[in-house]
Amino acid sequence: MTNERIAKAFEKPGAFIGFLTGGDPDADTTVECIKAIEAGGADLIEIGVPFSDPCAEGPVIEEADLRALDAGMHTEGIFEIIRRARAEGVTAPIVLLTYANPVFVYGTERFMKTLARAGGDGVIIPDVPFEESAPYRNAARNEGVCLISLIAPTSHERIKMIAQEADGFLYVVSSMGVTGVRESITTDIGSIISAVRAVSDIPTAVGFGIATPEQAAQVCTAADGAITGSAIVRIIAKYGADAPKYVEDYVRSMKDGAAGRERLSA
Amino acid sequence: METNLNSGAKPLDPGRFGEFGGRYIPETLMNAVLEVEEGYRYYKDDPEFQAEVTKMLNEYAGRPSLLTYAPRLTEKLGGAKIYLKREDLNHTGSHKINNVIGQALLAKRLGKTRLIAETGAGQHGVATATVAAYLGMDCDVYMGREDTKRQALNVYRMKLLGATVHPVDSGTATLKDAVNAAMREWTRNVADTHYLIGSVMGPAPFPEMVRDFQSIISKEARAQILEAEGRLPSAVIACVGGGSNAMGAFYNFIPDEGVRLIGCEAAGRGADTFETAATITTGSVGIFHGMKSLFCQDENGQIAPVYSISAGLDYPGIGPEHAMLNASGRAEYVPVTDDEAVDAFELLSRTEGIIPAIESAHAVAHAVKIAGEFGPDENIIINISGRGDKDVAAIGRYRGEDLYDE
Repeated sequence: MTNERIAKAFEKPGAFIGFLTGGDPDADTTVECIKAIEAGGADLIEIGVPFSDPCAEGPVIEEADLRALDAGMHTEGIFEIIRRARAEGVTAPIVLLTYANPVFVYGTERFMKTLARAGGDGVIIPDVPFEESAPYRNAARNEGVCLISLIAPTSHERIKMIAQEADGFLYVVSSMGVTGVRESITTDIGSIISAVRAVSDIPTAVGFGIATPEQAAQVCTAADGAITGSAIVRIIAKYGADAPKYVEDYVRSMKDGAAGRERLSA
Repeated sequence: METNLNSGAKPLDPGRFGEFGGRYIPETLMNAVLEVEEGYRYYKDDPEFQAEVTKMLNEYAGRPSLLTYAPRLTEKLGGAKIYLKREDLNHTGSHKINNVIGQALLAKRLGKTRLIAETGAGQHGVATATVAAYLGMDCDVYMGREDTKRQALNVYRMKLLGATVHPVDSGTATLKDAVNAAMREWTRNVADTHYLIGSVMGPAPFPEMVRDFQSIISKEARAQILEAEGRLPSAVIACVGGGSNAMGAFYNFIPDEGVRLIGCEAAGRGADTFETAATITTGSVGIFHGMKSLFCQDENGQIAPVYSISAGLDYPGIGPEHAMLNASGRAEYVPVTDDEAVDAFELLSRTEGIIPAIESAHAVAHAVKIAGEFGPDENIIINISGRGDKDVAAIGRYRGEDLYDE
């Protein structure tokens, strides 16, 4: 299945995807930061649905999740953030990152329908592997929403099976472990992308540990895009309501890196 | 005695117990979990592996464990004859070692050199550290910071055994957070590391595999009660956190329809309060820690903080096979409060000279309530999943006596 907004995000090489946790520190700041991520040149925006026990996240995003929950954020509030972002002119594709339980408890079909109507384009569920994915993928497809699949450095022979069924784009996990900034990416991203290319022309974006324009440029020599989460979440944690301008500047530098552009000012 | 890796029912679908179970884990872990699955499927039917497990259970852990008649408790309660399945007599002091021996030997066969584990009360951590020492494997144990304070003796015990204990500060700093930390660590190091899950929970095949390794409890108990009484028990009673001792105690009695299977959940300060860990009584269906099962959670699917005096039972979920047995009605699940468990802890100590783990005391407490429903020709079995030495200081505090080991 294709989604027009997501397909358009990958029309040019070097897409940049920015992540933030919805409701950290509050819904107003999240909406302003979404606008800032788009203004900085991001091609796709990923919003994390805060979860009490985010097992695939490192400490930066886990703490953001707990701050958002403490501030009262919940599933319905995340949909409202998407509605507000669309009402305020955000046109980039919006994808949610959520653990399975908030989707299941909300009702999978109802979740996908509400997401689509709010203006969302996709959903990433890191604790739903391929073998458990059919109910989620089918519910998403029925609403024109993409269930984004992940592949990891350990996926090996699983890549073919996953890539063939993938919608929207493929999220390539850069390295072992959880989300968070890393000094360097040592995984052979190129060989993973080649394995995908052998069976599918779906766009690929690499995430986990990408925090510098150089790292974005590096992964985009092989992949179609780079994903940054923890580094943006850190900026929001540091500056709170004042974060949007810092987020926009940071995203601009990352987009330049991903797109292989020389930065005008160092 | 033989280990019991082959008996009985399989999940209805691969990895499923009715609607429950499954494999809800990040892609990064999928091949590691499937490697465990394939390894387990192969070795559970391998006589040489089974013989190795049995030998270590018998010669290292001290199996078979006794089935002890409790005459003074029986007299006091005035109903069924009460028997105690003595998992407290195992090496390391609880049922946990049954599963650890099985999984550690499997991990070794799969070429793993390091074991990681979560622990609540510390019983599973101690068992894992013990077997790691015996087999010459590295061991890291993740334990909520709160639990390291409640169970300081077990923390030092693990260090003494050569394990590294990692206090976990995230979230509620208890058992669920220790599981999160262990899962995160496994995603960093799948190549050399086996995550030795301590209960009948997590992604398939863990709930089934842990149940199989623990089912030695009911295999022995069934033969022992038939030998002693010439009849099956009217009820088997066990405490339930994740549910491994209960699954082990129930499993070989499931086909015996006349045997009531009763799981005792930790109600903490009461199942009608917010300070409870009674998952079946208060929880709902969800997906967490690799499985679809019942969880304590809010209306948005956020996992709820739970509480019990017992660090081994304050987990917000329950194994998927228990969720199925509850749904089918084959087993019944009841809440037991802190107060009731502490009373039972003292009662068993004074009537039988057996200090049970505070976890196991939850099962004793329910037996106290229902023993009178049965006639004197009937019998019930309480699974004493562990010994209570670790809890003495906490019970002392509960009773207002501050004990310090100086």
